[in-house]
Amino acid sequence: MIELFGIFLLSLMVITAIAIVQTRHLFAAVILTGVFSLLIATNFFLLDAADVALTEAAIGAGISTVLFLSALALTDEHERSSSANKYVALAVVAVTSLILIYATFDKPRFGDPSAPVHQHVAPWFIENTSSQIGIPNMVTAVLGSFRGYDTLGEVFVVYTAGIGVLFLFGSRRTRQNGEPTKSGLDPSEGLRHYLIPRIVGRLLIPFIILFGLYVQFHGEYGPGGGFQAGAIIAAGIILYALLEGEKQALRVLPDRILTGLMAGGALLFGVVGIFGILAGGNFLDYSVLFDNPMTGQQIGILLIEAGVGMTVTGVLLKIFHAFAAREHI
Amino acid sequence: MELLGLFHYWVFAILLMIGLYAVIAKRNLIKKLIGLSIFQASVFLLYITMGKVEGGTAPIIQTGSAEQLFSNPLPQVLILTAIVVGISTMSLGLGIVVRIKEEYDSIEEDEIQEANKQ
Repeated sequence: MIELFGIFLLSLMVITAIAIVQTRHLFAAVILTGVFSLLIATNFFLLDAADVALTEAAIGAGISTVLFLSALALTDEHERSSSANKYVALAVVAVTSLILIYATFDKPRFGDPSAPVHQHVAPWFIENTSSQIGIPNMVTAVLGSFRGYDTLGEVFVVYTAGIGVLFLFGSRRTRQNGEPTKSGLDPSEGLRHYLIPRIVGRLLIPFIILFGLYVQFHGEYGPGGGFQAGAIIAAGIILYALLEGEKQALRVLPDRILTGLMAGGALLFGVVGIFGILAGGNFLDYSVLFDNPMTGQQIGILLIEAGVGMTVTGVLLKIFHAFAAREHI
Repeated sequence: MELLGLFHYWVFAILLMIGLYAVIAKRNLIKKLIGLSIFQASVFLLYITMGKVEGGTAPIIQTGSAEQLFSNPLPQVLILTAIVVGISTMSLGLGIVVRIKEEYDSIEEDEIQEANKQ
């Protein structure tokens, strides 16, 4: 039964992707991308990747759609010119996909426990999580502790991307508060005049943020952690900004706090690592943080997950505000 | 089960190529970025598909049951972080597109090249 459902979802994904590429109307393409993300998130869930499904649903279907829509508002909603070298491109794509499909026949059987991917380092992670870290969620254990270096790098990539957007959008051409836009609608007013989104949104936002905090602090025991929580909390606050206007959202969470979150989270991660060195261990070795190595590991993971959550929330909200404050020319 | 596995990989290949087609054939910059995100999503799908173990569950240890079979946690960790990095770099791309629109008043590749020639 699950196999059938999987095939159904995968087919729907292909259809959606073709529709996204086909349509000339970029607004429709962006909304379909949200649908596509939701489908792929469901599929991740079927493939036992609960943490990934949570992230993809919050990021792909939520934040990415909002960012694409705000970029569309600043550019164009319609694709003007036709495709370039359509037939050459089609030929290239067709030949490559045939080669790729031919190659899939050599791949290990789906779900085969003896496939090479399950032989390398993964069994060690599965075996040692409970004895070395002592938390049930292996994904969090690998992310926070065993592969802490990698995660630190990813957090800095997110941080750098956030800074990049802020650099691109400088201070020039940013709309002053209260200054009307060309369309005559003031986006800082939000959807305040629309009753239904406002009432439903107000009911939802506290629960979205509460769920985000739960995902943040329960990440060691169930699916969750800093990346997912950061995305969920940012989505909740973006919803608030859409409903109540951007100005009001900046009043609740001022720009200074967002900058602090963005830099503070990455800093917290790095400081926890350096604290390991000072306590006599290696960089990002949490065992030395406490008398009992296992407790030390858990404290370390809790702290760095908090850092990850802060940076992700800060960066996503900063990017959203940078797009939203840009004046359409 | 056999067919489902192959089907996963075929869908990966097809999605990858749909994304690539949008990147190379479309002239609209936002459409190119959307194609890139489809391309990216298909790679995520490949990784997660490879991490699945038949009869396994999500890699979260449940107390009480002794012998459990888990899916591979490693691809999940890699993809989990890749998704968040993906949206950050995508927004950087969108930022560049918005700046291009402000300077050239167009997001169509051929019109931008035309403007550059003048």
